[in-house]
Amino acid sequence: MLEITNLHASINGTEILKGINLKVNAGEVHAIMGPNGSGKSTLAQVLAGRDAYEVTQGEVTYEGKNLFDLAPEERAREGVFLAFQYPVEIPGVNNTYFLKAALNAIRKHKGLEELDAVDFLQLVKEKMKLMEIDESLLNRSVNEGFSGGEKKRNEIFHMAVLQPKLAILDETDSGLDIDALRVVADGVNKLRRKDNAVLVVTHYQRLLNYIVPDFVHVLMDGRIVKSGGKELALQLEEKGYDWVKVEVDRQPVQV
Amino acid sequence: MSTETDAIQQLANQEYKWGFVTDIEADAAPKGLSEGIVRFISAKKNEPEWLLEWRLKAYRHWLTMTEPRWPNVRYNRIDYQDIVYYSAPKQKKQLKSLTEVDPELLRTYEKLGISLQEQERLSGVAVDAVFDSVSVATTFKDKLKELGIVFCSFSEAVREHPDLVREHLGSVVPAGDNFFAALNAAVFSDGSFCYVPKGVRCPMELSTYFRINAADTGQFERTLIVAEEGSYVSYLEGCTAPMRDNNQLHAAVVELIALGDNAQIKYSTVQNWYPGDKEGRGGIYNFVTKRGKCAGKNSKISWTQVETGSAVTWKYPSVLLQGENSVGEFYSVAVVNNYQQADTGTKMIHIGKNTRSTIVSKGISAGRGQNSYRGLVDVKKNATNSRNFSQCDSLLLGDKCGAHTFPYIEVKNTSSKVEHEASTSKIGEDQIFYCKQRGLSTEDAVNLIVNGFCKEVFRELPMEFAVEAQKLLGVSLEGSVG
Repeated sequence: MLEITNLHASINGTEILKGINLKVNAGEVHAIMGPNGSGKSTLAQVLAGRDAYEVTQGEVTYEGKNLFDLAPEERAREGVFLAFQYPVEIPGVNNTYFLKAALNAIRKHKGLEELDAVDFLQLVKEKMKLMEIDESLLNRSVNEGFSGGEKKRNEIFHMAVLQPKLAILDETDSGLDIDALRVVADGVNKLRRKDNAVLVVTHYQRLLNYIVPDFVHVLMDGRIVKSGGKELALQLEEKGYDWVKVEVDRQPVQV
Repeated sequence: MSTETDAIQQLANQEYKWGFVTDIEADAAPKGLSEGIVRFISAKKNEPEWLLEWRLKAYRHWLTMTEPRWPNVRYNRIDYQDIVYYSAPKQKKQLKSLTEVDPELLRTYEKLGISLQEQERLSGVAVDAVFDSVSVATTFKDKLKELGIVFCSFSEAVREHPDLVREHLGSVVPAGDNFFAALNAAVFSDGSFCYVPKGVRCPMELSTYFRINAADTGQFERTLIVAEEGSYVSYLEGCTAPMRDNNQLHAAVVELIALGDNAQIKYSTVQNWYPGDKEGRGGIYNFVTKRGKCAGKNSKISWTQVETGSAVTWKYPSVLLQGENSVGEFYSVAVVNNYQQADTGTKMIHIGKNTRSTIVSKGISAGRGQNSYRGLVDVKKNATNSRNFSQCDSLLLGDKCGAHTFPYIEVKNTSSKVEHEASTSKIGEDQIFYCKQRGLSTEDAVNLIVNGFCKEVFRELPMEFAVEAQKLLGVSLEGSVG
């Protein structure tokens, strides 16, 4: 589904990603872990198409297409979803109205009929139950005045309604208490299917107790320095990132 | 420059879509202004002597005045002798129904999407269409007549209800109030008149579409609305104008009088006069005086405006709060793009006790547009326990436009409370990116964000007008607002 080859990216002339290689197949959940400043969020933003970042080298293929040929909104319509680390407030724009516009833009792109208000509301109510979303979030402006937890939950709710093929969760666990974390993780788990994939970007292991990954990758200084199964996350939790760092320093990694 | 900013710029550069000229032979006065022209206009309209005298007095006063220079706008000097002050489409006889209206004229309305037939069918909206200064068709009159509501062109009101007109004309905006009001008083061609008797709630939105047509014709409309005790009326004014190279002056006067206790007037405007081209050539000068008087206790006047057009806009819909517990409201969205300039706001004059006013102003600037909010809250000594809340927000699209705020606050007693909030924000790349990541195009994203910004004002508009307002916003900023 997604194949990243030797990806280099920089912002304002500073290189952040220094050769990322990663392959994600349909049905898989990958966790990208790493210390602060390792480039985790940059990777998420580059995949979503944020133009503040410049891709200087490498390729990303998504569903057989060159991802960089697609504008951000085209990527979204093709099924790439980013759950933002810091969801953006849009004052005065109703959350439900916003989602309806988004879903219909995606449906139109797929050649499907746009949903009318009645059908859309039915879909929303269904997903709302699934995500344990409070109805009041629907009638408020997009993320405006939401608590940190509400914002993150709203992101997963968006994801549930838009049903992406590739979901990238950028530090969705940060700022969540344990109950909210469980709700968000439950939501993600309910959306797991054989034909979609999830990329979980996180600093801490605790989210991975709930969203169990098939693969864990450690990102350090713009490179994936170690990959493994879900047990790698537990090792990181126990030994910290320094442990990997020491190992990496001892033994240069192949790019 | 980022792609978002580029895209915004592209969208902002959409051409004015409604530029077309209807070819109707105009019965016009020669260019220029003199006592003779004032007499010509008055004679053309078969006006009574007192009105001619009123016009002449205004004209003589106007001669002593100078054009105001204090607004934060720049434009070429207006040559008042180079303007045609009267032009009317030729009509052979009084019209009884729409079928008798010049088909050319009807087609023009259709292009604007406001065909009278449609308006008639839609019911609930009575249209008094002002086309080149003379009303050509009035609908729903009979329904209104049953309730005792008078809704007609100004000229007709002068003929049919001279006492009402004479009593109230100039009672809120005196003939010599300001330079442009005096000019209007001298040469006003037509306009609308509305009178709602005691205890009557007008069951439909009253609506007038103004339209400038013949080249170089200044539009000098005059609107007078009087609401008696316990009555209610909602009035809609909407404008679009065809494309033009020469600047055209529009100096209208609107007077609202909430005469009796508990009287309410709601006045909504969507203004889309031709704003000039991308280089700032042409476009309408819109120098308007709008003022309302809450004379009765618990009376209320509410102004809502969506201003997307004109090259230069200069207007301050105001409320004189005389009656105890009376309420004044001003909700405004002003959009400037390319080289448009707007200096607009309101004046809330608190005179009576316990009077309240609310001001919500949303300014949107794009291109090289300059947008100024100028507002006065004046609480007089006897206006004890009065309240005002003002909120002025500015949204900037791009980095070549400007937003300015000039709030004036005067409070002459200690029991009143005045609040003022202001904010300026730039449409965020974060916001646009967030929308795009959800699958929306840049255009849709900007529309969504801008409409969200204006929401507090749009929800004050009557339903059927809110849609049109969003459309006009779209035309002047991006293309189409959903």
